[in-house]
Amino acid sequence: MYALVDCNNFYVSCERVFAPQLEGRPVVVLSNNDGCLISRSQEAKDLGLKMGEPYHLVRPLLEQHRVQVFSSNYALYGDMSRRVVQVLSGLAAGVDVYSIDEAFLDVSGMKLLEPDLLAYGQRVHETLKKHTGIPTCVGIAPTKTLAKLANRLAPKTGPVRTVTLATAADWEPALAQVPVGSIWGVGRRYARKLTDMGIGTGLELARLPEHWLRRHLGGVVGQRLWRELHGQPCLEWNPAEWDDDQLQPNTASRHSVTCTRSFGRPQHQEAVLAEAVATFATRAAEKLRRYGQAAHLVTVLLGTDRFAPTAGPKTHTAVISLPTSTNDTGMLIKAALQGLRQLRRPGVAYHRAGVLFTGLEPEGQAQLGLFSGSAADQQRSQQLMQAMDGLNARFGRQLVRSAAMGVAKNVDGLLQKPVWGGRAAHRSPRYTTGWDELWQLR
Amino acid sequence: MLTSLHDFISASLFSTRELPLFGCPVPAGFPSPADDHLEGPFDLNRLLFRHPASTFLARVSGDSMIEAGIHPGDLVAVDRALRAGHGSIVVAVVEGEHTIKRLQFRAGQPWLVAENARYAPLPVGPDAGLVVWGVVTHVIHSLAGTPTVR
Repeated sequence: MYALVDCNNFYVSCERVFAPQLEGRPVVVLSNNDGCLISRSQEAKDLGLKMGEPYHLVRPLLEQHRVQVFSSNYALYGDMSRRVVQVLSGLAAGVDVYSIDEAFLDVSGMKLLEPDLLAYGQRVHETLKKHTGIPTCVGIAPTKTLAKLANRLAPKTGPVRTVTLATAADWEPALAQVPVGSIWGVGRRYARKLTDMGIGTGLELARLPEHWLRRHLGGVVGQRLWRELHGQPCLEWNPAEWDDDQLQPNTASRHSVTCTRSFGRPQHQEAVLAEAVATFATRAAEKLRRYGQAAHLVTVLLGTDRFAPTAGPKTHTAVISLPTSTNDTGMLIKAALQGLRQLRRPGVAYHRAGVLFTGLEPEGQAQLGLFSGSAADQQRSQQLMQAMDGLNARFGRQLVRSAAMGVAKNVDGLLQKPVWGGRAAHRSPRYTTGWDELWQLR
Repeated sequence: MLTSLHDFISASLFSTRELPLFGCPVPAGFPSPADDHLEGPFDLNRLLFRHPASTFLARVSGDSMIEAGIHPGDLVAVDRALRAGHGSIVVAVVEGEHTIKRLQFRAGQPWLVAENARYAPLPVGPDAGLVVWGVVTHVIHSLAGTPTVR
């Protein structure tokens, strides 16, 4: 049995924990660089505001209804997410963190402690609300796919906020209620294909024979989906191991590490783009090392105006393949800058950039290449990275940095805010993570 | 921000969060008789954050709790996991604002009481929807003015 715990309007809920006057009022949170709406309170949804809508287009509506607007504050959301997972790890035998605001719990043995799974789900919801202030919905079912479905139905259960679909008699009527496109694992393309064939609801999909899904919905993926819809768990279980030093779950089993940002203003100069790409490569490399991984492939992304009326792709990518996997910031920056040179077209203004590392494997396992340095070099690089991460952890991010990230200073000797830096005109304080911005009480 | 080597050295020496505790002074050049008495290490985080997931630090800016030993500029640890009772110092939500007060029940009726004679106690009626945000568990008061921690 799995329970899916999903935080309601997570970013908005985080803001409300420290700003109770916003309870019952419309609130939205904007993406990086104040681009689009990425979290909306129920009141904001009721005004017809849609997910992903560009801020500059809906601004008049927001002002008319006096909607409270926040820039995203990932320091706060990350800390609140960590707290949510920590509370969950005390309530279940295993926690599989799916995203910043969702986690699956392994509740297989829970029946022995709590015969009524509905009561258990409600207890999870209430404990999280009390301990962290974050409201949640809980869906309980024998498979992750059905738990996701149960969770989807939970908001309509009033104060209970929990739905359990323990047997086929429970999940069949639930499947009949939902369109096939809302089943977890059915992508937009398959949803269109299925509805074109007259398969409209989740139940109609589940009633098809297993071999039909195997043939028409991506082979083994479709077969797994069929089994999941019939209560036979097929999806991986990746429990988070708790890392006591970091006070956060240790998620080693990831497949990619990325850092992408929108710019405050479109940028076309090579030097500025290079500083940005080097900065993103550095951030992503830090993440790699935190998870004890090394990467083979470095993908660089450059994005033009997503809302431009002209046709053509809005995101351009270049992939650089490394001779051996590494998590050395210097080597990863070098590869990323090589990708940037391939990609950049003179005169084109770019709105976004990013770096993505894939082909991940545990660090220290790389085969040494013929031309890529000795084991001693590798050890030196590892020691250097350790020293750098140690200094930055102790004295603040970016105390020691690559010159490629840019080193322009202000008159006071402090590093200048980068030219490409994003707008965050409405960011709330880093209430829980910054001494200078600590939560204030009167 | 680090400005000199001295800052660097003192920061590296004192930024560890665990402080070993020796029961007595240790003489040099002799097998230490203190070894058997080594007790620590202390970890103040364990004292302050008994429930790390639900404990939040806050800076106090008013003087309404000054007679309870909570001064402007002090840091307080607020635990949401605890249940507030008569006499608890709490962070409550009053008219959409957070406030730190002592919770008292007088004839079954909740009151938020300031620890400063200049502020009148605030009765919390049944319809006022008193929300206790958390229970204040510790105060960190710096004797040398506003604590500066980094």
